[in-house]
Amino acid sequence: MRALLTLTLTGLAATPALAADMAVTIEIPRLQVAEYHRPYVGVWVEGPDQSVAANLAVLYDVKKADREGEKWLKDMRQWWRRVGRDLTLPADGISGPTKAPGEHRLEYTVGKDPLGELAPGEYTLVVEAAREVGGRELMRIPFTWPAKAPATLTAEGSEELGRIALDLTP
Amino acid sequence: MISRNWAALAVAAAICIPFQAQAHRTWMLPSATVLSGEDPWVTVDAAVSNDLFYFEHVPLRIDGLSITAPDGSAAKAENASTGKYRTTFDLHLTQPGTYKLAMPGKMVVGTYELNGERKRWRGPAEAAAKEIPADAKNVVLTEMHRRLETFVTAGKPTTDALKITGQGLELEPITHPNDLFEGEPAKFRLLLDGKPAAGTEVEVVPGGVRYRSKPDDTKVTSDQDGVITVTWPTPGMYWISAEVEDDKTTVKGAAKRMAVYTATLEVLPQ
Repeated sequence: MRALLTLTLTGLAATPALAADMAVTIEIPRLQVAEYHRPYVGVWVEGPDQSVAANLAVLYDVKKADREGEKWLKDMRQWWRRVGRDLTLPADGISGPTKAPGEHRLEYTVGKDPLGELAPGEYTLVVEAAREVGGRELMRIPFTWPAKAPATLTAEGSEELGRIALDLTP
Repeated sequence: MISRNWAALAVAAAICIPFQAQAHRTWMLPSATVLSGEDPWVTVDAAVSNDLFYFEHVPLRIDGLSITAPDGSAAKAENASTGKYRTTFDLHLTQPGTYKLAMPGKMVVGTYELNGERKRWRGPAEAAAKEIPADAKNVVLTEMHRRLETFVTAGKPTTDALKITGQGLELEPITHPNDLFEGEPAKFRLLLDGKPAAGTEVEVVPGGVRYRSKPDDTKVTSDQDGVITVTWPTPGMYWISAEVEDDKTTVKGAAKRMAVYTATLEVLPQ
């Protein structure tokens, strides 16, 4: 069902990051399905009580006429509940278009939007994907902030998401 | 007209005869309860059926439907149509926030004997005195309150439309009714005439029984503050219902009152 595009995209993903304190790499798997739509993806950081510590990204159909794409944002159930319904869309620096299958790296800098400052503590990176005429998958990567040494934490998706990697730089 | 009468009868039967209450359930089913985007609409089915939420018995009359918009004003159902098995209507969510769709109703049901023959009667309270013959014997009348509700939210959930009326049996949300997730306990306060209805049993029935072998119904009982706590085992549409009986009747000739509250709630996956 799935063929990963790691080969072709390794070059892209390996591009040296510019002072990124946090980077999220999201792999969108290529799915052999009759009707394919790119997934809507929400990325955020949760505190221990599931409060939103940083709202990092929402990838959706931003170009559809009459903001029609926003109609499906609710399908990212937890993203909608924790982040989306409080947000005015499109949100500056957060909203982006859907991505094609492959690896996509999102970089964030401490002190700058949308990451801002994170108080030291325990957090969870959450990535949720929902696809029209497809499924939904939510993945979590727990991490401690700030990192003591450069670290890469990963999680492996099984349906709508592939490998998720969180790079932390002290 | 036939279907309308049938629907009304079924509702009356569902309310007044306990063993039938388990067979015939009255419900409104919104196509979605949590919506995003610029110009959302929902369509709602309303029916009386044995299994939830299938259209297999009679449509539900929606004459008494009242829709409260997020700002407290009244919203209108559009494109209403009643078919063989269900009534449908659309709702245009022109404001962000939570809408309450309610069907409150008050009527009298009863039996009497005339010339040795047992008769059933149902109708509005004021009609009872006129329509039941003066020489009827053993007249037993029961005042019936019912309230059927469901909730729909565009954007962020709000609570202005959720105000209780203080009449009959109602559910006051503690957990927002459009913020329900599997495995998370939800709390609601059951109120009778605006006061906590303690010790009341509430049926919790998941929809979709056609595709599983067990009904999976559960019951919860309200505590001394009228509060019920429901932890949803699976995502899906749920039907919850409670009824109480007392002698606080306002209808002349009625010995007792029954009040029924029913709601359709959607529970989303984690």
